[in-house]
Amino acid sequence: MEPSVRKKPSKLGDFIFANLTRSFAILALASLAGIIVSLFYGAWPSIQKFGLSFLWTSDWNPPAEKFGALIPIYGTLVTSIVALAIAVPVSFGIAIFLTELSPPWLRRPLGTAIELLAAIPSIVYGMWGLLVFAPIFGQYIQPALKATFGHIPLLGKLFEGPTIGVGLLSAGIILAIMIIPFIASVMRDVFEITPQMLKESAYGVGATTWEVVWNVVLPYTKTGVIGGIILGLGRALGETMAVTFVIGNTNFLSNISLFSPGNSITSALANEFAEAEQGLHTAALIELGLILFVITFIILSFSKVLLMRLARQEGAKT
Amino acid sequence: MELHAKRKLVNKVALMLSLAAMSFGLFWLAWILATILQLGVSGLSTAVFTQMTPPPGSAGGLANAIFGSVVMVGLATLIGTPIGILAGVYLAEYGRNTVLGHVTRFINDILLSAPSIVIGLFIYAAVVVPMGKFSGFAGVLALALLVIPVVIRTTENILRLVPDSLREAASALGAPKWIMIMQVTVRASQAGILTGILLAVARIAGETAPLMFTALSNQFWSTDLSEPMANLPMTIFRFAMSPFKDWQELAWAGVLLITAGVLVLNIVARALFKEKIST
Repeated sequence: MEPSVRKKPSKLGDFIFANLTRSFAILALASLAGIIVSLFYGAWPSIQKFGLSFLWTSDWNPPAEKFGALIPIYGTLVTSIVALAIAVPVSFGIAIFLTELSPPWLRRPLGTAIELLAAIPSIVYGMWGLLVFAPIFGQYIQPALKATFGHIPLLGKLFEGPTIGVGLLSAGIILAIMIIPFIASVMRDVFEITPQMLKESAYGVGATTWEVVWNVVLPYTKTGVIGGIILGLGRALGETMAVTFVIGNTNFLSNISLFSPGNSITSALANEFAEAEQGLHTAALIELGLILFVITFIILSFSKVLLMRLARQEGAKT
Repeated sequence: MELHAKRKLVNKVALMLSLAAMSFGLFWLAWILATILQLGVSGLSTAVFTQMTPPPGSAGGLANAIFGSVVMVGLATLIGTPIGILAGVYLAEYGRNTVLGHVTRFINDILLSAPSIVIGLFIYAAVVVPMGKFSGFAGVLALALLVIPVVIRTTENILRLVPDSLREAASALGAPKWIMIMQVTVRASQAGILTGILLAVARIAGETAPLMFTALSNQFWSTDLSEPMANLPMTIFRFAMSPFKDWQELAWAGVLLITAGVLVLNIVARALFKEKIST
């Protein structure tokens, strides 16, 4: 009997497909390189003129063509730190609730609800923050904070000044609400992969739920928890619209009060870029963008490395 | 206090604090959603969908902004999705252990969380400056750059869930690798890939910062992608920061539209995905 003759599938299809997909993967890498290169190129006039002192000068004088990034950098750092200070304990509480306390049927809806906080677009947070949150904040909460903490010698300095509702503290609080879902979701994921055996042995010797979380789960997952926190920090640093609405857009700084308005790198860019003059002003703004990108890149890389380390450790220990 | 009682008290306090944290998070969600609903619905009317953005003081709608947003989001998704899917296919099928695979995965996750305003600056420097003007096309490119990491991540994750036995069965029947991938693995992951696309759309629908230096905005009806194009987020930005009451009302209506759209997309995407996992 004659064997049926069949055409062998050509290797060409495989070759084309493999290289097609590979080139798209390289495209993703290329876009990162492109971002860094183009930002550098655009910022070059400003880098040339101001050099490293750009980082710590605080003049921002477009007509006189003097620029210094200190105030935006300060604003970015302060709002992010305030945001972390609020978001980390809250996310921790949420993660504990979702993994230990909540009844199973409530877990999914509550988890989805928290993740919806992440889905709300940033401009919505900004608008709500400016038009709804800030008036109430300035009318009730800020005076209350001032009355409580204003007398304490060092701490009081953080809470002085007019209670206008917008400023570094308001921006920090809104940022906190925005990053809670990210930190909580990472914490919840890492809490869930703690081996049941470990937790049950602790329960077995009589530990309370809190003791199990604090002494068993947390040490086991600490790499992941820190990775999640740093991820939240990375998000907070780059947040634009929410911060722009409520930070007050002021380019000088006279005190360390959290009530004072200020600027962050992102809000400076958002507010000034459209009307900036071509030339040094635009270059200085692009240099701000480059600084922000480098900072977030380093922080997000750090977070990724930590989370990868946890994944490797988890694989090894089971 | 004796030790046992103290430990029980600490436990109780800690668990109550965690309940408080949960309520804290839900409180903000409820407040924000309620505000948007309340203020947005009052500004909503058919005029919002049929009339152009008005100068301050006169009545109008958001028609050109809605149209511009739909067009730009649609085009960005159209451009970004194939690139994202194919790169995701590379990562899941060819690049599981290669250097290129690891590096791409790492960089992709960073780009996923990178500030969107920086993406806008990049497109400004790379497209707007050479072109000499702001354009809807530049806006589309900026949004596409935001779509790609999301689609890559979700595509790779969902493809990895397909069991290797499926792939091996296809290869054993003599299918070349690319047919095995397209007809078996990707086919099996359709719902998951669709979920990724929906999540990407939800992400870019509300993005303002990348459009700031690329598409700018336009007061009038425009279908020309090579000129500044009206879009919902930038219009909301301008209207919300203004002191004019009717502009602010329109801004709230726009906010309601965007938030409703984004939340619906998210919930649908999650429902689809959960279904896929459980089958």
